[in-house]
Amino acid sequence: MAVIEPEVGSTILSIQQLSKVYAGGFAALKSVSLDIKAGEIIALLGPNGAGKTTLISTICGLVQPSSGRVLVAGHDITTDYRITRALIGLVPQELTTDSFETVWNTVSFSRGLFGRAPDPAHIERVLRSLSLWDKKDNMLRTLSGGMKRRVLIAKALSHEPRILFLDEPTAGVDVSLRKDMWAIVSDLRASGVTIILTTHYIEEAEEIADRIGVINHGELILVEEKRALMAKLGKKQLELELFDPLEGLPNSLAPFGLELSANGLKLIYTFDTTESGENNISSVLEALREAGITFKDLHTSQSSLEEIFVGLVNQPADGIAQGAAT
Amino acid sequence: MSTILSRVMNYYAVLAIYKFEMARMRRTLLQSIVTPVLTTSLYFIVFGAAIGSRIQEVGGVGYGAFIVPGLIMLSLLTNSISNASFGIYFPKFSGTVYEVLSAPVSTLEVVLGYVGAAATKAIILGLIILATAGFFIELRIAHPIIMLLFIVLTALSFSLFGFILGIWADNFEKLSIVPALIITPLVFLGGSFYSTDMLPPVWQSISLMNPVLYLVSGLRWSFYEISEVNVWVSLVGVSLFLLVCLGVVYAIFRTGYRLRP
Ligand SMILES: Nc1ncnc2c1ncn2[C@@H]1O[C@H](COP(=O)(O)OP(=O)(O)OP(=O)(O)O)[C@@H](O)[C@H]1O
Ligand SMILES: [Mg+2]
Repeated sequence: MAVIEPEVGSTILSIQQLSKVYAGGFAALKSVSLDIKAGEIIALLGPNGAGKTTLISTICGLVQPSSGRVLVAGHDITTDYRITRALIGLVPQELTTDSFETVWNTVSFSRGLFGRAPDPAHIERVLRSLSLWDKKDNMLRTLSGGMKRRVLIAKALSHEPRILFLDEPTAGVDVSLRKDMWAIVSDLRASGVTIILTTHYIEEAEEIADRIGVINHGELILVEEKRALMAKLGKKQLELELFDPLEGLPNSLAPFGLELSANGLKLIYTFDTTESGENNISSVLEALREAGITFKDLHTSQSSLEEIFVGLVNQPADGIAQGAAT
Repeated sequence: MSTILSRVMNYYAVLAIYKFEMARMRRTLLQSIVTPVLTTSLYFIVFGAAIGSRIQEVGGVGYGAFIVPGLIMLSLLTNSISNASFGIYFPKFSGTVYEVLSAPVSTLEVVLGYVGAAATKAIILGLIILATAGFFIELRIAHPIIMLLFIVLTALSFSLFGFILGIWADNFEKLSIVPALIITPLVFLGGSFYSTDMLPPVWQSISLMNPVLYLVSGLRWSFYEISEVNVWVSLVGVSLFLLVCLGVVYAIFRTGYRLRP
């Protein structure tokens, strides 16, 4: 079968109004749309049951879509499944392996299943990169959980996919494998492989992803460049609790864009730490002293991605829908 | 050859599934071979020597020779069904089926791999029984090609049936209930070890409703040219069953029944 080599930067995966209603009537995906560029790394975040696995499973052909469509390198996943599935490698969330197979055989099996001629040199490269080479003749049931996870990754890479789905690759994985895994991810990205991963670890998403998507109640409620999110993260707030309530801000404080709380007892100053050095905390404090405003306490805070995330997903489902519509 | 084939179908996938399934069977090779040899020998000792000494001949054939096609059919049916049903049930149960479902393979390719391997093993076992029988009696096969045709068609169609069973079953009981409660009784009541001529007329007509009778009768005809029903009826019957099972498998993959939610 012909191998398609998508151009870096072109849209390799286009999810269009994808919905999934399971047989019991449960709507696990609600009109999800997302375009992913070749070579991108996208992290999908979301609480348990949000629909991350359902989204991945639908694209990979494990779950039938109820409506909407998905194009992989311009090909429809239902009508051109031979082309689209050959481009995709999937590392599932659940650890499922055949107990009585050897590592070598199970990885070679995967390559054949995806229609590629045997290539022992490639299998060897994959096994070595995952530190599985010395286990190649071991039965899978004799491997530890972390090694089984590596085997699943090796299977997914056996046919040289252009898109790799990693469904919670770091669940139950030790620090060394986690490091190995991110080393592999960056090697793959260097070779132009598009990576879509789900995780519950926000630092992980921050560290490796180009874009971050948040799914909740089957809806994609946020997709943003990591840098844009980091800019939001870069915002810090200084809160000053005053002794005496203020009626209004004195003119001398106008340039700083301070906010005064309703009861007049709190001043909030938002500043950007990413703009080097030039944050005027000292000027603000100077101006306050000159205006004769005294405070009894102060603290600074920084919103983390985690806070943004928790804030987003804790809204009730219809509240989010409204939020997204506005 | 492989490059031409791989252009029209996912030939490597068929081969991968087939080899995987045959390897699974090889792991239990000893018991796979010893069991049919032992049970066939037991049948010959019990039915052939003990009962056969009283029955003498059926339709001009010695009793020991008479039961050979029935023994082969019993083994073909039970093995085809259990090989194929287990072959797909287990990955479904353990979750490893995700890989086949996410692979660029068509229904036909999946079926060729799984059903082809299950049928291959059933055919090998059938031939082992035939060879074992050769130790006890003098075998005479009037139409070897028709015999092989029957064996292959039966193994294929019942492997397909087993494949469907394995997809349908959602627990181990269901998996074993069909072979034990339906197939084995049908084989025993289908004239495997007696001729329906020996039965009262009412039972003769009832026996004609047993599909396995047609299989046993057809296979026996290929050996001794004696049959209860016309051999072509048997051949057409088993071919139709094969087509029906193929149709059901197609419907299963089209609708995603029990495989793709
Ligand atoms: N086969 C199924 N039939 C019915 N409902 C299902 C099925 N599979 C998943 N669901 C439901 O769909 C919803 C989304 O499940 P999904 O596995 O996609 O969540 P997830 O985001 O991957 O969660 P987690 O972080 O726990 O892995 C859940 O409420 C789940 O119960
Ligand atoms: Mg999940």
